Amino acid sequence: MKPPTSPNKLAQLRASLAKAGLPEIQARVPLGLREADEVLKGGLACGACHEVFASAGHEASATGFAASLAWRVARGKRVLWIVQDFSALEFGALAATGLLELGIDPARVLMLRVAHAEDALRAASDALTCTALGAVVIELMGAPKVLDLTASRRLTLAAGEHGVTAVLLRLGAAPDASSASTRWVVRAETSSDPENWGRPVFDCALVRNRHGGTGQWVMEWSCDNGHFQAPGGAVVPEARDRPAAAALEPGRRSAA
Amino acid sequence: MAGLDRKATAFGIKVGQPLANARAMLPALKVVAANPAADLKLLGRIADWCERFTPLVALDGARALLLDVTGATHLFGGEQAMLDRILRGLEAQGFAVRGAMAGTALAAQALSRRRSGTVAQPGTEAEAVASLPVDTLNLDPVTTHAFRRAGLKRIGQAYGRDRRELTSRFGARLVYMLDTAFARAETPVSPRRPLPDYRAERAFAEPIATEDAIRATLVALAASLGEALEKRGEGARRLEASFFRADGIVRRIAVETGQPVRDPAVVERLFREKLASLVDPLDPGFGFDLVRLAADRAERADAVAADFDSDAHDAREIRFLADRLAARFGSDRMLAFVAGDTHIPEAAFAAVPAQHAADFASVPWERIRRPNEAPRRPLRLFAKPEHAGILRAVPGSNTLHMRWRKAQRVLVRAEGPERIAMEWWRHQETQPTRDYWRAEDGEGRRLWLYRDTETAQWFVHGALA
Repeated sequence: MKPPTSPNKLAQLRASLAKAGLPEIQARVPLGLREADEVLKGGLACGACHEVFASAGHEASATGFAASLAWRVARGKRVLWIVQDFSALEFGALAATGLLELGIDPARVLMLRVAHAEDALRAASDALTCTALGAVVIELMGAPKVLDLTASRRLTLAAGEHGVTAVLLRLGAAPDASSASTRWVVRAETSSDPENWGRPVFDCALVRNRHGGTGQWVMEWSCDNGHFQAPGGAVVPEARDRPAAAALEPGRRSAA
Repeated sequence: MAGLDRKATAFGIKVGQPLANARAMLPALKVVAANPAADLKLLGRIADWCERFTPLVALDGARALLLDVTGATHLFGGEQAMLDRILRGLEAQGFAVRGAMAGTALAAQALSRRRSGTVAQPGTEAEAVASLPVDTLNLDPVTTHAFRRAGLKRIGQAYGRDRRELTSRFGARLVYMLDTAFARAETPVSPRRPLPDYRAERAFAEPIATEDAIRATLVALAASLGEALEKRGEGARRLEASFFRADGIVRRIAVETGQPVRDPAVVERLFREKLASLVDPLDPGFGFDLVRLAADRAERADAVAADFDSDAHDAREIRFLADRLAARFGSDRMLAFVAGDTHIPEAAFAAVPAQHAADFASVPWERIRRPNEAPRRPLRLFAKPEHAGILRAVPGSNTLHMRWRKAQRVLVRAEGPERIAMEWWRHQETQPTRDYWRAEDGEGRRLWLYRDTETAQWFVHGALA
């Protein structure tokens, strides 16, 4: 039997930390890829807001990356996936069988369909107060006006206050100013193993990191073990020179 | 002629008369086309209004309502006072109304037709209706006529007859009717809407209109409902608030829950979400003079002392969240995944309302890929497979050109076919078998394609991560 965790107790501890003037220790979940975790100072921060942008045409990969991130930071807790109707129409609806194949338990994923980005944000700020959730994925289409700096701050605050991680999945949008803790631009990467091809391999560019540097890695999600790793479990290949991609997404640079 | 006002009746025009005859009798007659559907709707609204007196309101034909006020009269200062209040209330809304109160439905009906405003005390129904003509019983014309021919003009005369005589001449049904009219047998009232398991209400001398007052009322009602539920160890799966406006309009707002609830704070929160999301917001007008909260679908709900099992605690918290989100966005938008017992890709899982997910047959989730293998099913699935043109193989290589969504792609790898036959035993029309392929293009994007074996056309059905 697990010991009961009381939200009140947590709040008390937080308050006492604040009184002592100490920075709150934010839990971090390592992604699994050493190079990335080093830059992230140990891993992805829980109770923060993370943004995942899809490169144009790479929406399914960005979805896979966001799902894997959320599943990883949720650490066995449930995940709420808020999706705008139009996004499902344009890029396909989230498939439970697909989640299952990625090693994500569909029984622990709830989905809320909303018509507008405004509804998505309102639902998210309510859901982020529910400490029983591990992560909330907010899938938005395009660049809705309501998603401004204030809305982004509100999400970050709500996530921080209750320790629920927000993953903002942005499809068909270009990165803009926000208060997110990290920002990723994701595209698919070709399979390296011609024999066992088709595993979820992502080319992930960390273009913003509030607590450290940026970088770009090719990561494979291990469907069996539930963490990220170098593709095929091998050494990370050098990031290939891709002038077209670099031109499309300024601000991308290779990891040191 | 379907209906007449007082003046037209005074001129001798009768219901059922052809319009031409009526016009001949009274050329100035104003005629409006009858609209039974609208009449019924209006009667429904009047019935809604009447629900402030009792939840047992039944439609009685197309022009009458039957209210079972058993045990409710003392709340309104006695029988006569209650009847007067109902009649005055309807008259104030501009209706011409007749009404009576009696121990039996039939006696009340007969009295209302001739002696509007009277109350027959229980046991005195026979005397009260004895002097009324037999046609007030609203029998079929043949029977009424037969009564007349037999010289039985008043109800009392008919009732005074030997019952065997009546039965042999008019049938058992009539005797039964007379018995019910005079309280020898009971007729149940079948209410328009099912009676809720629990209800609490609050009436206001001064109608309330502000949001705060409405919220405070709901909290108070939820608290008294919660107490009643707790006494019997139950919780409600559906709650309905009825707002009775001073001008007669009634608005009902219901919320559903995924688990039995009785905590007033939870109930208030659900209604707050629901009220905030209404497309057609709650309009208090001149205020609500009665608010009722009813609880339905009560289920056993045991008090939980402490949560030692944190996952069970989490599950409950999440059900509360799902209830809130469902109240705001609709229960068909708050979804949970359940596995299907079929290999047809679009039916292998279903997104069902999270509040009712437990009602669906649960099949264990079974992944298709084997350990260490790549995923075999797409993460994003198109509701409608999209047509794709497989153009041609690139000469001298294994790659294929594909055209989809107005763009050309080069498929570098493909694996298949995985043949999936449509389940003919489930569908009326047989659907063609599909050959599925996983494919990866030059940029690493992975698609899920199929070829219709009948038409040999290609479709994109989904995308893999």
